[in-house]
Amino acid sequence: MPDDATPTAEEARETVHEPAGESDQGPDAAIDGSIDEVADAVAERFQGVAVRSHGQPVVYVDRGVWRDVAASLRDDERFTQCVDVTAVDHVADVERAVPDGVSPKRFEVVANFLSHARNRRLRVIAQVAADDAEIASLTDLYPGVDFAEREVYDLMGIAFEGHPDLTRILMPDDWVGFPLRKDDPPGHVPVTFKGDPTPR
Amino acid sequence: MGLDAIPYNFFTGRLEDLVRWARRNSVWPATFGLACCALEMMAAGAAHYDTARFGMEVFRASPRQADLMIVAGRVSQKMAPVLRQVYDQMVEPKWVISMGVCASTGGMFNNYALVQGVDQVVPVDVYVPGCPPGPETLLHGILMLHDQIRTGELLARRAESPTGGAAIEVDQTDGTPVSVTLPS
Amino acid sequence: MSTEWEGLAPQTDEGAQELQTRELVFSGGVWPEGDSMIVNMGPQHPSTHGVLRVMLELEGEDVLRAKPIIGYLHTGMEKTGEELTYVQGATNVTRMDYASPIANELVFSMAVERLLDLEVPPRAVWIRMMMAELDRMASHLLFQATNGMDIGALSMMLYGWREREEVLRLMEEVTGLRMNHNYVRPGGVAADLPDGWHDRTLEVLDLVERGITQYDLLLTANPIWLERMVGVGTITRTQALALGATGPILRSTGFPWDLRKAQPYLAYDDVDFDVIYTENGDCFDRYRIRLYEIAESVKIVRQCLERIPDGDYRTDDLKVTPPPRERIDESMEALIHHFKLFTEGFRVPAGETYVPIESPRGEIGCYLVADGTGKPARLHIRGPSFYNLQTMSPMMEGGLIADGVAVISSVDPIMGEVDR
Repeated sequence: MPDDATPTAEEARETVHEPAGESDQGPDAAIDGSIDEVADAVAERFQGVAVRSHGQPVVYVDRGVWRDVAASLRDDERFTQCVDVTAVDHVADVERAVPDGVSPKRFEVVANFLSHARNRRLRVIAQVAADDAEIASLTDLYPGVDFAEREVYDLMGIAFEGHPDLTRILMPDDWVGFPLRKDDPPGHVPVTFKGDPTPR
Repeated sequence: MGLDAIPYNFFTGRLEDLVRWARRNSVWPATFGLACCALEMMAAGAAHYDTARFGMEVFRASPRQADLMIVAGRVSQKMAPVLRQVYDQMVEPKWVISMGVCASTGGMFNNYALVQGVDQVVPVDVYVPGCPPGPETLLHGILMLHDQIRTGELLARRAESPTGGAAIEVDQTDGTPVSVTLPS
Repeated sequence: MSTEWEGLAPQTDEGAQELQTRELVFSGGVWPEGDSMIVNMGPQHPSTHGVLRVMLELEGEDVLRAKPIIGYLHTGMEKTGEELTYVQGATNVTRMDYASPIANELVFSMAVERLLDLEVPPRAVWIRMMMAELDRMASHLLFQATNGMDIGALSMMLYGWREREEVLRLMEEVTGLRMNHNYVRPGGVAADLPDGWHDRTLEVLDLVERGITQYDLLLTANPIWLERMVGVGTITRTQALALGATGPILRSTGFPWDLRKAQPYLAYDDVDFDVIYTENGDCFDRYRIRLYEIAESVKIVRQCLERIPDGDYRTDDLKVTPPPRERIDESMEALIHHFKLFTEGFRVPAGETYVPIESPRGEIGCYLVADGTGKPARLHIRGPSFYNLQTMSPMMEGGLIADGVAVISSVDPIMGEVDR
């Protein structure tokens, strides 16, 4: 449980009423110019690459340090919540344009973090190869990603090492295949019209 | 059903009308609200588009006490066996309204996750289109069902078909179809 | 477990020694420690707010463990989202959180606009904000109705729906549909507000305010209501934060976090409203927060009525916006433009973004990855109920099974966005 990173109610009240930053409408409007400070610090400490993606800070890290990055964010940088863990299948464009220093693989595991006390967000992305689709689980640091990691496993087939209960969550337990992968077919059923032979 | 055994005559005709009148005026729906259509079904049951004036105010939670299953919403692969089980638990005579396009045909989601039409799992009497169908559309469907009960078409149809009105075929994973027959 | 007892004397002499005592041995099956029983609740259940299944380990009426099992409404919307164009995307996304569809459409449209670096005109921003707040009112009224019914105040179902019908009727006049409106689209909104909307909205706001005053009078000081809700389903701030909870659940633990104030979007920094929060973290607090949030939404909509600017209701960037309908009759280019936009759609340059907003249930976010084509490479919606549902276990454990219903109701999950 992130006790020391949990902001107190007074802290939260102060942060909530901070004036919005100078940027235009958008969810990160309250962030001032020093946002790259966190991303740069993480990138430096863990040999990652920090970029800004449409105004949002993103750090690309190696899969091996995934859990260490999350631990550092929780304990040192006061990122209280991991709001989302998801994955992207890039099988169609493995040779896509990525920031310098990042070697693209088939899967990208993406985690979004939120710091209430500092009122800022950070996105961390790790590349995961297709033949070794595994990454560390964050459930002992952020218990809230339990369901999210199960969903990524269920729909993408990426295993999370250290997850307490890595089973299918959305598909039936005996489902074969990982539906959100691009090479898993969408499962269109041809539309039958009046007069077509049907099972009934 | 007992009335089938007696040969049709003037007295049984009046009795059948009475039975059908009683049946259509107190159709109790089972709660099977799944998704967005459930909200419109609840709206149909609320004060503005009242279903209580048709005798349908009690949404019975237990399928054993219900006559009508309004499948309101999209039926996923995981939910289909549950749907069938709840349908089987209902006592005859029972009816099914497939509410909304997702329940009728799979709707806008023609993909791996949904059963493309709830009539692949249970026999449907009235299909109500819409996404979601407004309460007025649902009421129209319900009144259509009442009409069918009044004219007794349903019971006649059921008696003819050997599988009780639903020639359900289930595909096994190796592609061979298996016909599901209801116990007679 | 075995007992020895002296059996009856054998009838014959031989074997008499062997049958002196008999050991009775209970075998077969594993008897659990204590007296607990596993009970399944759902997925078809009147009180599980859709198709939620909960496995409960009960000892008498005490809940020892509760585990939610989801997936009964999985619709493959994220996969469908990869097959629909960006123009069509709002129709898909709007059906996720079906109690507050505008929030889904808004977060998707904002993500697409961010990837396009597109600005929407001020009138569109204010219309979106007004519709989002009306949507919040409709969703919280739905909560009041279903929460009341689950606790046992069955008439709340009818009262909540009475006000919700008014709001839905207004939304039908503006957007054309009562639910799943497909109104907020990338570039602005689908159509301008209809004539006479100003007075209609004022009427609806007055009706809603009268309604919530009635609910307050009926329930908040009602001893049965208090007995069933105060102290039930308590969660601490640490637990809520650790489990990724947002929205009224987090605000009920003494943590006034609302994205409309903390990380404002649309024009929320221009309007005056309060963030409602309480200290105790129980079901009663969450009921009160949602009730007063309706009042705050009414306040915001009143300010929108005064201050909504004139102008375009959608951006005039021709790559994204179809031409006005009247022009299609006059100009071939306008017709072709309209056709291309609605069949092929527009392309979004490669990039990725995560846009969070405050939906009635908490932080809803859209993680959108574009690859330069007309369809998303990955569309992921961070549904608040997906994370909030994890708080159900600590809330239910240690309570009675009857309180379990109150807990599920106060978590206010919408299974459409849990399962997507």
